[in-house]
Amino acid sequence: MIDQPHLDEAALAELRDVMEDDFGVLVDTFLADSRARLRHLHQVLEQEDSDQLAKTAHSFKGSCINMGATHLSELCAQLERAGKAADLSAAARLLDGVEAEFAEVASCFEQL
Amino acid sequence: MSGEFSPSQTLNSFSGSAEPSRLRILVAEDNKPDRMILCALLQKLGHEVFEVFDGTAAVDQFHEVDPDIVLLDAMMPELDGLSAARQIKSMAGERLVPVIFLTALTDPKELARCLEAGGDDFLIKPFNRVILDAKLNALDRMRRLHQALAEQVDQVRQKNEQMLAEQKTARRVFDNIAHTGSLDSPNIRYHASPMSVFNGDVLFAATRPGGGSLVFLGDFTGHGLPAAIGAMPVAEIFYGMVGQGFGAAAILREINAKLRRILPVGMFCCGAMLETDSRQGLVRAWNGGLPDAWLLRGSGERVAIPSRNLPLGVQNAENFSTSMVVFQVTPGDHVLLMTDGFPESANEQGELLGESGVRQVLAGLSSPSDAFDALMHRVREFTGQPEAADDLTLCCVAIPELEQARPSARKPPDAEPIGPADWQCVYEIRERTLSEFNPLPLLLHICMEVPGLRSRSGEVYTLLSELYNNALEHGVLALSSDWKSSPRGFALYYEERQRRLSDTDGHFIRFSLSHESRDPGGRLRVICEDSGAGFDFAEHSARASKTRSIPGSSYAGRGLELLRRMATHFHVHGEGNRVEIVYDWQPGREDDD
Repeated sequence: MIDQPHLDEAALAELRDVMEDDFGVLVDTFLADSRARLRHLHQVLEQEDSDQLAKTAHSFKGSCINMGATHLSELCAQLERAGKAADLSAAARLLDGVEAEFAEVASCFEQL
Repeated sequence: MSGEFSPSQTLNSFSGSAEPSRLRILVAEDNKPDRMILCALLQKLGHEVFEVFDGTAAVDQFHEVDPDIVLLDAMMPELDGLSAARQIKSMAGERLVPVIFLTALTDPKELARCLEAGGDDFLIKPFNRVILDAKLNALDRMRRLHQALAEQVDQVRQKNEQMLAEQKTARRVFDNIAHTGSLDSPNIRYHASPMSVFNGDVLFAATRPGGGSLVFLGDFTGHGLPAAIGAMPVAEIFYGMVGQGFGAAAILREINAKLRRILPVGMFCCGAMLETDSRQGLVRAWNGGLPDAWLLRGSGERVAIPSRNLPLGVQNAENFSTSMVVFQVTPGDHVLLMTDGFPESANEQGELLGESGVRQVLAGLSSPSDAFDALMHRVREFTGQPEAADDLTLCCVAIPELEQARPSARKPPDAEPIGPADWQCVYEIRERTLSEFNPLPLLLHICMEVPGLRSRSGEVYTLLSELYNNALEHGVLALSSDWKSSPRGFALYYEERQRRLSDTDGHFIRFSLSHESRDPGGRLRVICEDSGAGFDFAEHSARASKTRSIPGSSYAGRGLELLRRMATHFHVHGEGNRVEIVYDWQPGREDDD
């Protein structure tokens, strides 16, 4: 896991090409959107709303895939499954992992 | 005809799909970064993009945006993608608006659910420009194909509606010319589809001015409008000429000449003509190309009347034969005419009923009056169809009692205040013309110019035709009506008549007509002279009155009886070859008396 890059270089190159001048805006949007999602995930976990947890993790997973944050998207997928399985203790553990990986991804983006 | 219909053009525009079309695309994606990427991708591909956040907004905006294609995130808050897709599809109605689901789903079952909800395809994240472009192009082709097909279906439906409307109009025009005539007479039964004229079948019947009737059944080659067009002049000729007193042969000759002039090569009209004269107890039949017609006698005897002539519109006037088969008939005899749709009716196995099938039905009849129902029943039973087919026409004419055959004035007397009322004329036909020309229509026409006399056209025709037939058959041709009292003699009589008509050298028939007006009505005087040796009227009349009870057996006597009854004065001069009648008439309906 540690060996896996936080961001997929090829996907990033493609994104730059597509977004052109708006690439920066996209990155900022993604980061802001993701932070909001993380807050929401903590909130629904506290409320033990596993259904909302799964849905938010699913949606988060989608944008991670598009942004080339492959490892983060995999962690989101695991969180989504835990939500669907209503396994809240696993979800709490996985959300920590998601939080940590997002910090790495964010710092990679900020260095671009 | 208006409106171009070229399906190939609309469909061809597809093959050139190399040029990318600019599509109006509605994107509904709640995930902001994903939406940004997708919209950027679509704009780069040259499309016009309208973005909304969720399914409810997509449904709300659908009519306003009027998109060509919709991209929907499968999982959205508020209204999820699947429900939104269903609503959008129903709003689009008959139009195909492809829906592509955007999804991070990887579970095959969930992907399948997207398509079941009415999605046309899905796009799995991460979005890929090449795949997106390929999918949009594929769906755009599908969308345009659907649209073109829908337009074509629409056009076909419109064309069809237009055609049916045109057929109805044409049918009305046709009906005005080819009114039912006397097809509704109690002695005629027929089956013909209401739109049969568009299958090329025509059936006409009319009462002759002097009594008796003419029935014509025709079957044009081909179907639809070309077949129907030929029917118009045939109807006009038939009804026009019958009304003027022409007989079957003259009408057939005219129809043949007309059709030969107007129909393209390869198109013609199979037909049969039936002329009944119940006063004489005669039926004359002509069959050109139709299946066997049948004479069904009350005695149970069946006589086929096969086609012995080429169809109408094929031969030139010189070669066209109007020779008719003549039968002696009695009331209760029936004659059947049919188009080839009848023997050519097929059952489910594709087997044809055939003329043998017709014979079988006729052989099983207990009475000729059952023939029509039995044949119709058989064809329905054979084809398994409750309704007989459109291209099948069957007509059954019963030989009526003498009383029924009396001339009737169907038309109210025309208002004709102006016309020659006081005149005289002499009309003589000589030599070969005697064998080739029937002067009755012309003479009738002259008389009908007298104001008011048209209301008596049947009687005038009868007077003229009795005088003429006596002069021709007993005067010029010196035939003895005694022969007609036996079936063998009957045939002989008509053979001999035909033979002697070929040698009329030195003979003539001369009509001297004069008319003077009286108030009301007038007096018509007719003198008919012929070049024959003469005829013993007194003896003939005496004999005729003894045998009158047998119809047709003493026609000449019967004819003279009629003349005596209708005329005010009747006088035979000299050797019997100069007959004079005076006919006083008053205007009114013929059946007044």
